[in-house]
Amino acid sequence: MERTEQLRLYREMVLVRRLEEAAATLYQQGKIGGFLHLYIGQEAVGSGVVSARQPQDRVITAYRDHGIAIACGMPARVVMAELLGKATGCSKGKGGSMHLADPSLNFWGGHAIVGAHLPLAAGLALADRYQGNTAATICLFGDGATNIGYFHEALNLASVWKLPVLWVCENNKYGMGTAVERASAVSDMRQKAEGYGMPSALADGMDVLAVRKATEEALHHVREQGPYFLEVATYRFRGHSMGDPERYRAGEEVRRWQEDDPIGRFRKQLLDGKTAAEKDLDALEAEAQAEVAEAVRFAEESPEPAPEALYADVYVDEAG
Amino acid sequence: MPVLTMREAISQALWEEMERDERVFILGEEVGVWGGTYAVTKGFYDHFGAERVRDTPISEGVIVGAANGAALAGLRPVAELMTINFAFLAMDQIVNHSAKLRSMFGGQFTVPIVIRTVGGGGRQLGATHSQTPDAVFAHFPGLKVISPGTPVDAKGLLKSAIRSDDPVMFIEHATLYQVRGEVPEGEVLEPIGVSKIQRPGRDVTIVTYSKMLQTSLQAAEQLAKEGIEVEIVDLRSLRPLDMGPVVESFKRTNRAVVVEEGWQSYGVGAEVVARLYEQAFDYADAPIRRVSQAEVPLPYNQKLEQLALPQVEDVVRAVREVR
Repeated sequence: MERTEQLRLYREMVLVRRLEEAAATLYQQGKIGGFLHLYIGQEAVGSGVVSARQPQDRVITAYRDHGIAIACGMPARVVMAELLGKATGCSKGKGGSMHLADPSLNFWGGHAIVGAHLPLAAGLALADRYQGNTAATICLFGDGATNIGYFHEALNLASVWKLPVLWVCENNKYGMGTAVERASAVSDMRQKAEGYGMPSALADGMDVLAVRKATEEALHHVREQGPYFLEVATYRFRGHSMGDPERYRAGEEVRRWQEDDPIGRFRKQLLDGKTAAEKDLDALEAEAQAEVAEAVRFAEESPEPAPEALYADVYVDEAG
Repeated sequence: MPVLTMREAISQALWEEMERDERVFILGEEVGVWGGTYAVTKGFYDHFGAERVRDTPISEGVIVGAANGAALAGLRPVAELMTINFAFLAMDQIVNHSAKLRSMFGGQFTVPIVIRTVGGGGRQLGATHSQTPDAVFAHFPGLKVISPGTPVDAKGLLKSAIRSDDPVMFIEHATLYQVRGEVPEGEVLEPIGVSKIQRPGRDVTIVTYSKMLQTSLQAAEQLAKEGIEVEIVDLRSLRPLDMGPVVESFKRTNRAVVVEEGWQSYGVGAEVVARLYEQAFDYADAPIRRVSQAEVPLPYNQKLEQLALPQVEDVVRAVREVR
């Protein structure tokens, strides 16, 4: 991979991390409402997967979507404005943290009902096949989603119809506060793909380059032969959402994973491989930090949606 | 003018729209090789092929979900749910996705899907296969809900539904497929969200839709012999709900009965009566009555089932009571 692309990836992961740290602060200040699910610890998955796509490939994910939105090209200020519920947010302040999207970036959302976007992914891929497009649909979801009926309906249909979907399971070991072993009959999520005749692979989700390489290989299969299942081993460093007391896992376990921070690991790779010097990476971090500061300022200064917006966009044909 | 059955009218609408627009395709259980369990899509598979008439597994969640996804990407899917009772298995896709993807993402998405499904009781299919839960779906902003009672409306409204950029639940009635009616040759389009007077009269307003339109028309014949002339307003669409002709008729007759096949509690009648009192309270000369299904899960036994469902005599009695 080219040096510039590696540095771009590094900057993007740092941007996601800083943006979410800022969001956590704003949440504690009461400026962000509702739920806020942080991606901290999982940045290498979103950046690694999305960086492997072609422009025509669609991306769809669940509610832990800030990092995916950024990776798809959504400006930090637009993400932050949506988190603050402002008219300048991608969803005009009507979606919030869980409902980021921009179809012009081929980012089809942020979806908040666990597992419900898997059928949507099947439909997006069906549309591409129907129209003779070469695009693939990349659908990211957590380990928790593999226990719901939608998962099985969607994987089965994708195989029966040979739909061009790359299923990416972000196995972060917990569905909310319930450990995989306590919720799923098998702990390796890719075993579930076998039942649908779907090939699979496992990638190290703390290594962005490994995720990217695995995704490239998987997408090749999707384009040539049909659906593929990529399980990515990862870990979320923060609670399920803000305000999670985290009684379900030991502090020692969290610390052990945090020592393997995907950003720290990538930094070391870049330095060890002489791809970049300390000062290059520090400069990128400063850039990301400044971008987040600007995003927060933009979001805070942006207007609230006007009262007239309440009834807008419920129907295309408002007259019925 | 040609006379068609409801089945033929619906089938024609689908066929014409598929010929007209390549983005339109059908997916659902047994829609293809079988030809549709109500034979609505008979011959479609051979003519349009397996890509456009797609047999699915028995997976309602992904039938509606994939239709939603394909609609987001620019196609115009007609998803068939074999019966409305199975729509409960797809409820999350219908109410949390079809109905919300547009507004929740600030207008970035359109979801031009039609969910064709079949409701109603009266065929001894037992409690889980005989429901009329139309009001449940009409509860949700973001959806349009249509349920026709005549062949011409079925054809014209289904064609409009397929051309609509909004998600539409199109609810057919299992016992109406053989009902005949005149349908003009050529293009037939009926506007969504417009109620229609199906029989003019001066004495009592009946507000109804779908199968109960036919029941009410029979009741009207009987009442006419007694000298009571009822006016029947067919809602045709439950959301958007066009109260205009209902209120206008009520202001003339000052008496109304709402006839629905579903349960009364929180139902279509409850909504219509509330709106009538809100919009025309001063015009009421008698309390408005509701005719509806007994508040029980429908039994299998034929006599018990018919006892539970609204009959012509129930409508006649209610009209006499408000008269």
